[in-house]
Amino acid sequence: MKTVIDEYIRKAMFPNMWCPGCGNGIVLGAIIRAIDDLGWDKDEIVAVSGIGCSSRITGYVDFCSMNTTHGRALPFATGIKMANPDLKVIVVMGDGDCSAIGGNHFIHAARRNIDLTAIIINNMIYGMTGGQYSPLTPTGKFGSTAPYGNIDQSFDLAELAIAAGASYVARGTVYNPRQSTSLIKKALDKKGFSVVEIISDCPVSYGKMNKMKSPVDMLKWIKDITVSKKAWDGLSPDEKRGKYAIGEFLSKDRPDYTELYEEIIKKAQESGGNK
Amino acid sequence: MNNLKKGKNIKLLQGNEACAEGALLAGVRFFAGYPITPSSEIAENMARELPKIGGKFIQMEDEIASMAAVIGASIAGLKSLTATSGPGMCLKQENLGFAIINEIPCVVVNAQRGGPSTGLPTKPSQGDMMQARWGTHGDHPIIALAPSTVHEILTLTIKAFNFSEKYRTPVILLLDEVIAHMREKVEIPALEDIEVINRKKPTVPPEEYLPFKPDEDGVPPMANFGEGYRYHITGLIHNYKGLPTSNSQEIDAFIRRLYNKIQKNAKDIIMNEKYFLDDAKIALIAYGSVARAAERTVKLAREEGLKVGLLKLLTIWPFCFEEVNKLAQQVDLIIVPEMNLGQMVLEIERAAQGKCRVVPYNRVDGELINPIEILGKIREEIKK
Repeated sequence: MKTVIDEYIRKAMFPNMWCPGCGNGIVLGAIIRAIDDLGWDKDEIVAVSGIGCSSRITGYVDFCSMNTTHGRALPFATGIKMANPDLKVIVVMGDGDCSAIGGNHFIHAARRNIDLTAIIINNMIYGMTGGQYSPLTPTGKFGSTAPYGNIDQSFDLAELAIAAGASYVARGTVYNPRQSTSLIKKALDKKGFSVVEIISDCPVSYGKMNKMKSPVDMLKWIKDITVSKKAWDGLSPDEKRGKYAIGEFLSKDRPDYTELYEEIIKKAQESGGNK
Repeated sequence: MNNLKKGKNIKLLQGNEACAEGALLAGVRFFAGYPITPSSEIAENMARELPKIGGKFIQMEDEIASMAAVIGASIAGLKSLTATSGPGMCLKQENLGFAIINEIPCVVVNAQRGGPSTGLPTKPSQGDMMQARWGTHGDHPIIALAPSTVHEILTLTIKAFNFSEKYRTPVILLLDEVIAHMREKVEIPALEDIEVINRKKPTVPPEEYLPFKPDEDGVPPMANFGEGYRYHITGLIHNYKGLPTSNSQEIDAFIRRLYNKIQKNAKDIIMNEKYFLDDAKIALIAYGSVARAAERTVKLAREEGLKVGLLKLLTIWPFCFEEVNKLAQQVDLIIVPEMNLGQMVLEIERAAQGKCRVVPYNRVDGELINPIEILGKIREEIKK
């Protein structure tokens, strides 16, 4: 049976390299369904990623695609978007990729409000390299480099994106793929820098080290630690501890960077004339 | 040396300004950079001039991001430039490797200052010659050019863009603080008088396009993103389709083809100039601002009846191995003055294959090498 997914993937690349039970495929499905809902032309889309399991997504989609260096997907995407603002540029990153090595690029892409959509697959660990803790690993949880428990405080990526100036910020999970599809669709449709964090599962690294042996255990855990934005707002600080709000946090309109640069071109041409 | 003609468009330009002028003539339409001495004027000129012609300038959050943005813009179809100095060049190495493995045309200027680390921000150096060759990890080819006058900065910037487009490779332009900041008379060529090369495009329909399958010259045609050719780019070793491969035959063929793309076309890429070498028994080999002093040394030495000549390198990498080998058979002595502790001299010794004496002359105190001290070195060496 042919599905909507078949229209958008590079079949030669399958089977994929992800472990059984990995959430990355659910996110890939959500991205594809969102794009299909929007009716975008495949030739107009560029998918850019960094390094890690999640970043292999760009190899599986039948768009112009780029699997770049660790943490640098956003500046590569910035160059593409600046050069050709007509392209629809989607950036897929992992939690370590986006918030550690790519943290500076992330806040600056948000500050510029450049018209890119950043989708961060947050499995709370470095999966590809074997389960080291990331800036999004919750305090107290275990990783291969946190054998006695993680003492770092984790980032709230959504709050970080809001503070840095993004136009659209949301969080979904792989437990709620329909909601995630809908959030990604809104993000893709938004002019300016849009961010969707998807909480995902890494059963072989995070699960194994944190007493969740099966993918099902992990999905149940994701269900338990997440609450809707509406319910979240009614929780006390104590009740919020260890939990994540999901849903849409911000959607505002602010000129995107490429539009502002068009104004610069106008000004330069009026004052200086053609060189 | 500059062969300036009267009645032409002549300007008094700073080296960094000449670089910007050259880039504009070559068709640059995108610049991403980060402030750093002594290259910042290139960014400032680009910020002012690019929007006038519909080009784009962006100041990124760091040097790493600048290199990434330049590569992204080039893939999307714009000729792209970035400029930096040693500390920034260190940071660019990561994505420079990405541009090499994915054969993305772009030009990277390194206005060299003293190093290592923060070093000597406002003083010249030639300490990054080997970094230009081997700075990013893994076996890879590179093209690096080194002008010695402001006029040459303009002409070699155009060459750098042309080589980058022709061979689908990043090209490094090695300036130093002195030629980057000094002002000289420059003849700006008319656009119709210069050769501008653009990347070759695929001639096959999208369904037949193999983005990394080379033509006979070793260079694959390049479709820009957004032109209807959907393909994948990855920093992983890839096959003709651009998809990751772990097939050892494909890996070997890829790395060798990447290397040979530059090496087999070395004759087209290598440029140098000869002064009084025909009858020379002593050869100076120099590049960048030191070549200026060496040229003067040749004149002074000739006045003393010493048969001294100069081989001025314009192309640093690929290295002119055969030229130097031939020269070593002709002369008794090669002296290599450099503002480093002896980098290109290593390559020159290798090329000379023991056929003549090769002697370094080095300064690393942030001061220029002057003609008199090179002459002193000649006198000292001929006594031996």
